[in-house]
Amino acid sequence: MSIPKASGYFRTRYDEDAALLDTRWRRAAFVLGAAAFAIFPVVAGPFALDLANQVFLTAIGAVALMLLTGCAGQISLGHAGLLAAGAFTTGILVREWGAPIWLTLPASAAVGAALGLVFGLPSLRLRGLYLAVSTLALHFMVIHAGQEYETRRGYSTGVVIDPPTLGGFALTDARAWYVVLLAACAAAVLFAVNLLRARTGRAWRAIHRREAVAEALGIDVRRAKLSAFVVSCTMTSVAGCLFAYYRGFVSAEAFSLFVTIQYVATVIVGGIGSVLGALLGTVFVVLFPYGIEAAMTALGLAERLASVVFAVNYAAFGVVMLLFLVFEPQGLAGMWRRVQAWFLLWPFRQKRAAR
Amino acid sequence: MQLLVNIAVLAALYALISCGYVLIYRVSRVLSLAHGELMMLGAYGLAVSASLLPGHPLVALAAAGLLALVAGFAVYGALMWRMTGESVLAAVLATIALGILLRGAMILAFGTQTLYPLAALGWTNATLPVGESARISGAGLALVGATALAYGGLFAFLRGTRWGIRMRAAGQNPLLAAQRGIRLHGVYALAWGLATLTGGMAGMLIACDAGIESTMVTIGLKAFPAALVGGLDSLVGALVGSLIVAAAEILLIHYVDPLLSDVVPFFVLLAMLVVRPWGLFGTREELDRV
Repeated sequence: MSIPKASGYFRTRYDEDAALLDTRWRRAAFVLGAAAFAIFPVVAGPFALDLANQVFLTAIGAVALMLLTGCAGQISLGHAGLLAAGAFTTGILVREWGAPIWLTLPASAAVGAALGLVFGLPSLRLRGLYLAVSTLALHFMVIHAGQEYETRRGYSTGVVIDPPTLGGFALTDARAWYVVLLAACAAAVLFAVNLLRARTGRAWRAIHRREAVAEALGIDVRRAKLSAFVVSCTMTSVAGCLFAYYRGFVSAEAFSLFVTIQYVATVIVGGIGSVLGALLGTVFVVLFPYGIEAAMTALGLAERLASVVFAVNYAAFGVVMLLFLVFEPQGLAGMWRRVQAWFLLWPFRQKRAAR
Repeated sequence: MQLLVNIAVLAALYALISCGYVLIYRVSRVLSLAHGELMMLGAYGLAVSASLLPGHPLVALAAAGLLALVAGFAVYGALMWRMTGESVLAAVLATIALGILLRGAMILAFGTQTLYPLAALGWTNATLPVGESARISGAGLALVGATALAYGGLFAFLRGTRWGIRMRAAGQNPLLAAQRGIRLHGVYALAWGLATLTGGMAGMLIACDAGIESTMVTIGLKAFPAALVGGLDSLVGALVGSLIVAAAEILLIHYVDPLLSDVVPFFVLLAMLVVRPWGLFGTREELDRV
């Protein structure tokens, strides 16, 4: 997936080929970016901090979905359910036994992995859309289980979770959360990028392109599919755990099918099959509702449509997703690549890149 | 006895909805996840036509049906034809996007209040006795009738008419069908139109029974397991699957827990996926396996 380099750039050693940041410019950009991330919490107000935290949280789930849908080509409609699974695991462990975060986090991961294994199994029998179907079932079952827990225990409005303590002090400050979520998000991205370069990720891409050929090349299609599903579910469930702590509150209503659609939107808008796309898509999806709200205020519609803001959001989301699907199937990442190629090839015109 | 009646009504509802999934999947191999929303669109169509055409209720009903058919054509003509030849994934994602768009647009256009088109039509939903101890609502009876009509019509259409045969051919092998001079776009558009019509009928009948609410979309999703249990490309399968899912749902609600209503179809679905993923009457997609 790497972009073509200008002439004069040669790799002469294997570790150069394996390096994630392979040119001086990239290293410089990385340092600059890291500095920007470090300065951000100092200068940003509480609102911007909250937005950044939301972006980080969503990015973990979006990268996970990108691995499954974008890379392995298996559509999942159970993403909200998996987030809920992680969040409810955390909520139940905290409420019932007062478990600390170093216990709830692995527990959520384990629950996610188990769910991934169970609901990924049907997809092994046949190819096609069956995974999508079983993930839809997963969504409804997890939500039902969560609601059941809420009503049985009398938390009719939701489960309240105390802020977690890390190394002796409680995570209540938005700045502390910024650091934690940034670290988690960076870890997820690094994991995804490296996984995609490795054998597993290459196998996923192969089964996405053509399953028959992949199998002929010696890829165990069932294993690849199942591993994609388990990895994605585990990451999402961990994101759900962090989400529960960050919000301090778990409720089944927070994980509607619309959440799933938002995650699917990150994949579509960002561009199928690219981790960078997942990140760009996340930023877009998280900021989009605020943009809509600002636009409505600017147009003077805010009061009139105040009660149906969510409907405006729905409709606008649908329109944006459709526009991307029809006119820019490679999403924001594809646009970015085209801009890069334009500068690289200037003054020559590029051919429209075939996928 | 009452349980049997309930099962019959629910099965009819699921069957009427799920034949839309089956039609679209069988002809174009696309899973339409916007079906619940299209159903709701049909119901709103009835609400509109009932208020605009104050004449005979049947006129309003016919107008609403026509509206749903046209809506289906429009969906294909405006959006889905662009997805022909794209990957199945892209097409399914497009239906998801369409669904959320429709949902938002419908709330914006019609508000969030529950509408009751039956009152606007000037009919009441009387309950009729069945046998000695059971009762059925007028809308329920209409539902069973409509389902019988829809399936009868579809079977006759697919077996007997020229367009029906073309549709089956396109479903079996689009390449060969196109080479024999069948216009695939026409066939696909017809499939979307018919699917939206049947889904819209289901939506209208639910609207007559319980009013138009946002929960209708969930009902549309719950009918999906019925289609899959029977086999996604088989109309007979959709009927049988609907019966199984409806029976499981009603019995479990009655004997175990009423809260289970939303999950039962998905339990059945999962069990089916493990045992026989291509469904009871579906064709095993041999060619897809290596």
